[in-house]
Amino acid sequence: MTQVEFPPNTPPEKNSSPKTVASHASHPQAWKWYDYFTFNLDHKVIGIQYLVTAFLFYLIGGLMAVAIRVELATPDADVLDPNLYNAFMTNHGTIMIFLWIVPSAIGGFGNYLIPLMVGARDMAFPKLNAVAFWLNPPAGLLLLASFFFGGSQSGWTAYPPLSLVTAPIAQSLWILAIVLVGTSSILGSLNFVVTILMMKVPSLKWDQLPLFCWAILATSVLALLSTPVLAAGLVLLLFDINFGTSFFKPNAGGNVVIYQHLFWFYSHPAVYLMILPIFGIMSEVIPVHARKPIFGYKAIAYSSVAICVVGLFVWVHHMFTSGTPGWMRMFFTISTLIVAVPTGVKIFAWVATLWGGKIRFTSAMLFAIGLLSMFVMGGLSGVTMGTAPFDVHVHDTYYVVGHFHYVLFGGSVFGIYAGIYHWFPKMTGHKLNEGWGRVHFALTFIGTNLTFLPMHELGLQGMPRRVAMYDPQFISLNQVCTIGAFILGLSVIPFALNILWSWSKGEVAGDNPWRALTLEWTTSSPPIIENWEVLPVATHGPYDYGHNVEIAPTGTPEVSA
Amino acid sequence: MTVATPSEHHGEEHHPDLRVPGLLTFLISESLMFGGFFATYLFFRGTTAVWPPEGTEVELLVPTINTIILVSSSFVIHFGDVAIKKNDLAGMQRWYKITAIMGAIFLLGQVYEYMTLGYSMTANVFANCFYLMTGFHGLHVFVGLLLILGVLKRSQRPGHYSATKHTGIEMAEIYWHFVDIIWIVLFSLLYILNQF
Repeated sequence: MTQVEFPPNTPPEKNSSPKTVASHASHPQAWKWYDYFTFNLDHKVIGIQYLVTAFLFYLIGGLMAVAIRVELATPDADVLDPNLYNAFMTNHGTIMIFLWIVPSAIGGFGNYLIPLMVGARDMAFPKLNAVAFWLNPPAGLLLLASFFFGGSQSGWTAYPPLSLVTAPIAQSLWILAIVLVGTSSILGSLNFVVTILMMKVPSLKWDQLPLFCWAILATSVLALLSTPVLAAGLVLLLFDINFGTSFFKPNAGGNVVIYQHLFWFYSHPAVYLMILPIFGIMSEVIPVHARKPIFGYKAIAYSSVAICVVGLFVWVHHMFTSGTPGWMRMFFTISTLIVAVPTGVKIFAWVATLWGGKIRFTSAMLFAIGLLSMFVMGGLSGVTMGTAPFDVHVHDTYYVVGHFHYVLFGGSVFGIYAGIYHWFPKMTGHKLNEGWGRVHFALTFIGTNLTFLPMHELGLQGMPRRVAMYDPQFISLNQVCTIGAFILGLSVIPFALNILWSWSKGEVAGDNPWRALTLEWTTSSPPIIENWEVLPVATHGPYDYGHNVEIAPTGTPEVSA
Repeated sequence: MTVATPSEHHGEEHHPDLRVPGLLTFLISESLMFGGFFATYLFFRGTTAVWPPEGTEVELLVPTINTIILVSSSFVIHFGDVAIKKNDLAGMQRWYKITAIMGAIFLLGQVYEYMTLGYSMTANVFANCFYLMTGFHGLHVFVGLLLILGVLKRSQRPGHYSATKHTGIEMAEIYWHFVDIIWIVLFSLLYILNQF
């Protein structure tokens, strides 16, 4: 790369907002509102399309969750018919994973930020990018349409033989929906890999790449390697349901455990698909709002890669009770526990970054710290279940439900919220209201703990998951969970209103409201079409806080050269 | 991070052509899907006493001829790529037409094989795997054939391909090689391995 010379006496104000970057208002070809409803090729439009669509699905999946909790407020099946309960439970899980967390964390933030962070004008394949997004809405419609055919009732795992005997049309629609989002995920991932590897501006060195880019790179590799295996499994299931084959029919020579292997070879890495981008968001939010260089840049970057690699070899820990032989239990117990190491590296690096930092308790930072506490909780309960003997005890109980909601809600959803509060000024040019942000955080934090903490105790006492009716001894803890679920439901309201109000009338943010140092903050808010008038030159690392930012060296034209 | 805004640099940038790395990344992903099928097949093979079960043996003559045709077509298509790099458009078209014909013969051979085997996809787990895997591969050959025909159609436009501009031709070739490699694995698993 070419080193840029800085005259030592460059006036600080001169280059802090480059003149040649046109503001959003003066740019003649800014997008209009209706462009967001079209097959637009701009990565920023596609990113926002992903985020908004995913949020709508989050509301739908959330209403299903509330319905489930209402049903579970009493031990009897008095609100929902048990079949309908199963359909709600299945589609709640499916929608939240495949249409909310994965598309918003990877598709939404990834599309919006990756080209901006690496200094590119767009993704490597803009048309492919738009195709990848537009596979998502029909997938959601297929899932919702399945309710007219009885609803897929076999849980989000769709284990045969249950998935072979209940509601065949609904189950087929479910499979087609998952294949669509899987295709979307593969196309998006190959786009990210090629963009990050090939389109980085030359001045941005590999060890200056923002950690979010490392996280998305690792995520994309994981998606590329694991998603097609799920597709293979689902195709076999589809043939079993509709075309008379017997891959998973034990009475005709088939074997159900193969499905579990194919399914979890994707769906365990899917856990990292959901959390790795969030780790990336954390690594961006924490140093900016703590005003400190991130602790252990390389350790965080390498640990993303390590999670990606080790994550591919742990899937059997979901199958400890499926007749897995002892040596396999041992291998997969150990490899599962090893994943805790790179994850722990990240957690410690963030805590060390916070340590002694000049922390600004913005809403983004609150959600990031909230995520830290919840994810430690979810991670520790994960370690307990990674060991085969304990797993056999709590298998298919509410302990599992509590664990993965701490990881997925306390981890992923908190991270998505943190990311939205952090990058909303860049995306819209307006800041979100901080007061309402705090209300939103308080409700979410209380609601999450109230809903999911009692589930651990319920599981240890032996309450099974995926049932509409339960033994009356579990009633009081279940009612606590239901109250928590209502608080979580309410928490969305201040957030949604805040978004709608701030988007049009919020405080004008300026180009760099958080005084962050990554490349996306060097362009206008919202960025112009094609991102920059002239591509940026990276002159220092993305987390070099602690120097006086105002007089940080500024790239100047190489006029003398 | 701060920026330099040297306006004299404007106009020098160009969007790089990244279609080949994109295709390679996609094919890595695709091969993992076949990997899922291979793993399933090997699992059944390892847990079933008589494999393939009686009455569902494969025939060898047509598939062997098919294999020879498909493997040699990989060389034929490469000659086409060599030709365009020497700016020999007519040569490229000739080699790609031969590849297309060989691909079509392969597909017809597969259809003939299906018709003469005497058992259907639902016969038993081996037949399930056999038809699903060869069928999926056949679908990929069909897609490759469409790519080659697309290249041939575009090569009619004057100046569309040249010694310096032939990414589309290259991509069709890479995809064809991929289909070929998958077939070699499939042929080994489904036909050769079952002879022992």
